[in-house]
Amino acid sequence: MLLNVQNLQAQVEETEKQILKGLNLEVKPGEVHAIMGPNGAGKSTLASVLAGREDYEVTDGSVDFDGEDLLDMDPEERARKGLFLAFQYPVEIPGVSNKLFMQTAVNAMREERGLPELDMFDFDEYAKEKIELLDMRADLLERSVNVGFSGGEKKRNDIFQMALLEPKLCIMDETDSGLDIDALRLVANGVNTLKNDQRSFIIVTHYQRLLDYIKPDHVHVLYNGRIVKSGGFELALELEENGYDEIIKQHQDA
Amino acid sequence: MAQSDQVVDLSSPGESEYEEINEILKKKFNYREGFETKTQVETFAKGINEDVVRAISAKKNEPQWMLDFRLKAFKHWQTMPEPHWAKSEYTPIDYQDYSYYSAPECGACGDACSTDGEPEIDPEVAKAFAELGVPIAGDDANVAVDAIFDSISVSTTKREELEKFGIIFCSFSEAVHDYPELVQKYLGTVVPYHDNFFAALNSAVASDGTFVYIPEGVRCPIDLSTYFRINEAKTGQFERTILIAEKGSYVSYLEGCSAPVRDTYQLHAAVVEVIVHEDAEVKYSTVQNWYPGDDDCEGGILNFVTKRGICEGANSKLSWTQAETGSAITWKYPSCILKGDNSIGEFYSVALTNRRQQADTGTKMIHLGKNTRSTIISKGLSAGRSDNTYRGQVKIAPSAEGARNFTQCDSMLIGDKCGAHTFPYIEVENPTAQVEHEATTSRIGEDQLFYCQQRGISEQDAISMIVNGFCKEVFSELPLEFAQEAEELLAISLEGSVG
Repeated sequence: MLLNVQNLQAQVEETEKQILKGLNLEVKPGEVHAIMGPNGAGKSTLASVLAGREDYEVTDGSVDFDGEDLLDMDPEERARKGLFLAFQYPVEIPGVSNKLFMQTAVNAMREERGLPELDMFDFDEYAKEKIELLDMRADLLERSVNVGFSGGEKKRNDIFQMALLEPKLCIMDETDSGLDIDALRLVANGVNTLKNDQRSFIIVTHYQRLLDYIKPDHVHVLYNGRIVKSGGFELALELEENGYDEIIKQHQDA
Repeated sequence: MAQSDQVVDLSSPGESEYEEINEILKKKFNYREGFETKTQVETFAKGINEDVVRAISAKKNEPQWMLDFRLKAFKHWQTMPEPHWAKSEYTPIDYQDYSYYSAPECGACGDACSTDGEPEIDPEVAKAFAELGVPIAGDDANVAVDAIFDSISVSTTKREELEKFGIIFCSFSEAVHDYPELVQKYLGTVVPYHDNFFAALNSAVASDGTFVYIPEGVRCPIDLSTYFRINEAKTGQFERTILIAEKGSYVSYLEGCSAPVRDTYQLHAAVVEVIVHEDAEVKYSTVQNWYPGDDDCEGGILNFVTKRGICEGANSKLSWTQAETGSAITWKYPSCILKGDNSIGEFYSVALTNRRQQADTGTKMIHLGKNTRSTIISKGLSAGRSDNTYRGQVKIAPSAEGARNFTQCDSMLIGDKCGAHTFPYIEVENPTAQVEHEATTSRIGEDQLFYCQQRGISEQDAISMIVNGFCKEVFSELPLEFAQEAEELLAISLEGSVG
């Protein structure tokens, strides 16, 4: 088991409003899980809590990541252990080149794994491989982190970072929001390239369209802080057809 | 009481995003130069009047012309109002509440007048400089040091070696005795005694400083440096530094400063005059780390400094580089008068303010000669509740045919309670001139830090990466060791120690 979430409960730290109300999720190596649900169900909160954003407070439950207590770690520790979050809104960092940023990140990761640091030249070569693998533009490295990037470029930059960091678990937080169909396809291609039997994905999304390109093994419907229904890819198709209303109604009745 | 509670309540929404950054900045502040030296000192009673000015001059056994200069300045100073146009708030200073001369007693015996052989350095003072990492024993091969403790110079290293090149490197007080004709020729020529309020005060009560003379055609083989330390409470340091580069010479001069943690203001009003002759080049670097005061605006150095250089000859070049991290209030505009044709002026600055610090700093580039060029790169970093202002003047005189200026002024905000301000003054009186001005403002936020952390980069590394990326252009102008020191200083001033 790569990720084992049991009875996870979390609230917004400032307002103490409870968002996650006992969530269970098990992800095995190499699996692709889709988390779907209406707005306000807690999808992004789940992504944030797993990544360790401090705006949320975990009030109950446990999260086991690769045999360790995830909730006990700082955000950077989680990242170094192989948890990667692709952001809904990737952040701009003016004055810091993508190259310096990613070299620092890759070396932090390598230190954790007991590998020697990559110097500038080693890193250049390593990055070039990944750029070719993902069919991205070579000037990506020279630019400041996400500064002046279009929405699509920012998401692609996140995928590029994912390729460099070689995580065990990738959480994609509504990566598809605001992307046109070409950008969506590029991002999906990246994910499919990076998918293997060890690396798992949690794809958080409102719409089914990203799932046309990245086939999930499991689909979960998140509503009101809990997973209320799980199934295979057919569940995503069902949702696309009928919307969330029916599931919500069932859940409310129950 | 009720009212103040309400004020707190009103300000709390929206604070959360930056609460943590503010926390980090607050608790991790760590001013490692903040220790105090206890030794036998001779300190004048508080207050300033003509007798005090005479007493300072007598203490230094000065010739009549120097005393006359002081008295003239003092008389003029009394007629001037304290300036408050800078973007910093402070209650008018009570000048009678400061002492204008303080020196370690033992160090005082090494005064220029009574030097027989090597002057003894007070062991406590020597210890202080050792702790600050200042090589006052002359054991560092790459740099000569003039160490100034409160009002006097306690040690100047490598003088004999430099003398072989004809280079004069000594304290200002010694220069008054040993090279009176040179001092008289240049004193007050770039910064006249009546230039401004603090320059006038400095001219009246000037304590010690450094005197540098590089003869024609000589390239100074090592860096020259001065380390300023203010120790006594409630004193002022009024250093006077003159640097002269004769035709075709070159020198790189560095200065560093620090002071103990004290809960009252200390006053620092320096004057620096630089004269660069034909084909000569001077690189003047400062790492300023005066005590900045605490969170409640208690204590710190009031830094009112007039630094100015003149590119007197054709093809001369003067470059100011400064990393300003300390002082409660900074009021400082290192300037270049570009008189010689084709002369070049440069100003590279990083100013960091944190807590309640207020910095109003920048430069003046006065273009008089033909085809003169100036470059201004200013990076302002504001954190905590501080205010950071760039104020710069670019003046192109009618005679400055073909003059060019490029100014780049970048501000970075860290947190949401600080301010960054830019006041560029541009006066162009010659139509052939080209003047460019660029400015940006950016901000480090919680989101950026989380983004970095999520990629495995610790908060501390993230902050220094962002800040150093921002300052890179300026640090690359500092001599290597100084650049490292400046980077470390920024790291300490911003973060202190994380776990």
